[in-house]
Amino acid sequence: MADGVVPLKLRPRRGFLQTMRTDAWWIGPLLTILGFGAFLVWANVRVFENDHYYSGHGGFNLATNYLTPFYSPLLFDVAEKAFPSGHAILSEKPGFLPGFVSAAALILIFPAGFRFTCYYYRGAYYKAFWGDPANCAVGEPRSGYLGERTLPLVLQNIHRYFLYAALIFILILSWDVLTAFKFYEVDQVTGRRTGAWRVGIGVGTVLMAVNVVLIAMYTLGCHSLRHLVGGKRDCISDKPLSAKMYNCVTCLNNRHMLWAWCSLLSVGFTDIYVWKLARGEWMDYFFTF
Amino acid sequence: MPGATLRIWRGDKDGGDFFEYRSDYEDGMVVLDVVHKVQAEQANDLAVRWNCKAGKCGSCSAEINGTPRLMCMTRMDTLPTDRPITVEPMQAFPVIRDLVTDVSWNYRVKRQIKPFAPRKPDAPDGTWRMQQADVERVQEFRKCIECFLCQDVCHVLRDHHKHEEFIGPRFFVYSAALEMHPLDTADRLADLKQAGSIGYCNITKCCTKVCPEHIHITDNAIIPLKERVVDEYYDPLKKLVRLFIPRRAER
Ligand code: SF4
Ligand code: SF4
Ligand code: FES
Ligand code: FES
Repeated sequence: MADGVVPLKLRPRRGFLQTMRTDAWWIGPLLTILGFGAFLVWANVRVFENDHYYSGHGGFNLATNYLTPFYSPLLFDVAEKAFPSGHAILSEKPGFLPGFVSAAALILIFPAGFRFTCYYYRGAYYKAFWGDPANCAVGEPRSGYLGERTLPLVLQNIHRYFLYAALIFILILSWDVLTAFKFYEVDQVTGRRTGAWRVGIGVGTVLMAVNVVLIAMYTLGCHSLRHLVGGKRDCISDKPLSAKMYNCVTCLNNRHMLWAWCSLLSVGFTDIYVWKLARGEWMDYFFTF
Repeated sequence: MPGATLRIWRGDKDGGDFFEYRSDYEDGMVVLDVVHKVQAEQANDLAVRWNCKAGKCGSCSAEINGTPRLMCMTRMDTLPTDRPITVEPMQAFPVIRDLVTDVSWNYRVKRQIKPFAPRKPDAPDGTWRMQQADVERVQEFRKCIECFLCQDVCHVLRDHHKHEEFIGPRFFVYSAALEMHPLDTADRLADLKQAGSIGYCNITKCCTKVCPEHIHITDNAIIPLKERVVDEYYDPLKKLVRLFIPRRAER
């Protein structure tokens, strides 16, 4: 928006990382790089590993029935396992899929896309990974700038579609929590499952339940959801249900960053826990009723 | 009496530099007080703009230790005095002299935003009826004092100098106050997308952090407007639905 008086004569822009700020402005972006970076590396390792997604496959954790969130919904089992996990949707991996494609690789686009296009994460990783800006009032590496106005970043606007998927994922992960209350009986002589099961609760069950709650707090505080349930309207007083939902989402949205990090941590840790069980390196503590 | 060293930027549109002034200050003093003390005792020709000294007129915007702030609302006891405190004019606007910048670009931008266009009066006496719940949202935006600190910190203006294409956070707040108003009938979405380039904002929330009125600029004004722009221009499913079901009176 101009009217002929621009370009304005401004003081020269500061160079990359130059600033007059005296506080530790670099801590925030650094933590983002470390936290997000570690998660990305770990997620990639797990997706390509194509194994250790089901706790029951791991030796002395035979009784447990935990599925890691990274592989949920589980499309198919890894073929060479002694027995199927019971979580798989398809009985076997479709033949047309190349060997390196794991069940996780096919579904992870949804939760990954959701976080990648999340308004909070966008602001955080533009700063940390792209230096645009490295932090508020700190100089940038490039003078050119496109923002989210044109391709490629205009595509961030599909966030709401990932939200629809994320809402379904809450249901799927909740189902996984329910199945995590199931503990199989193990025949002490043969060391195999007898087929019978009992209801119980284990460390894994608790981790998975906490995880889905944190993910729900994050997802239900989404800016796009806030818009959808009421934000798009100028008048909300005549729509009590809409007003109620809008207030709830707003309440979660106020702490969106907190939920984003807590849920990222919990997904990572739940996965590591199931991974350790599946490798037979940790033992799950549980009791049955 | 405690003392501090101020490093004040002095110059004009052609350039300038930092100059150090050592000064005493009393408990409870703000940066603007010390700048005035320096002006009275050491540098009579130091240019500084202020009006209210109460954080309400938005005149005394500057950058203190690199962060855009109101000089009159920054207490000395919140700043470390073991090293010089830098005070400089806003980066995103042309310097007139010393700490005074020319913010008139903002007034020109404001004039180009479609004004408030209320619907027909609800009552024969020419008045309207609104619910508090519906105006609450825009009341937050009306707290703005037009200090333009948010414009100053926004990297799109500050570092990329997109003054010709981008209206900046202050005017997203202003647009939101009109656009979300229950009585307003005008449509500003095309302007926000094109002339206002809301897409340039990459949600860094720097504007929110510096706002002295604590307006949630990014969360409550910019992102909701971005979502409305998505509704209108970037949601293929919505477009498809609208082919069959004409646009409802959503607002
Ligand atoms: S959130 Fe957007 S408008 Fe606010 S400072 Fe960052 S880029 Fe500028
Ligand atoms: S929105 Fe806040 S920071 Fe921006 S001009 Fe208004 S009061 Fe100042
Ligand atoms: S804005 Fe963060 S999840 Fe939608
Ligand atoms: S002098 Fe009025 S806001 Fe500082």
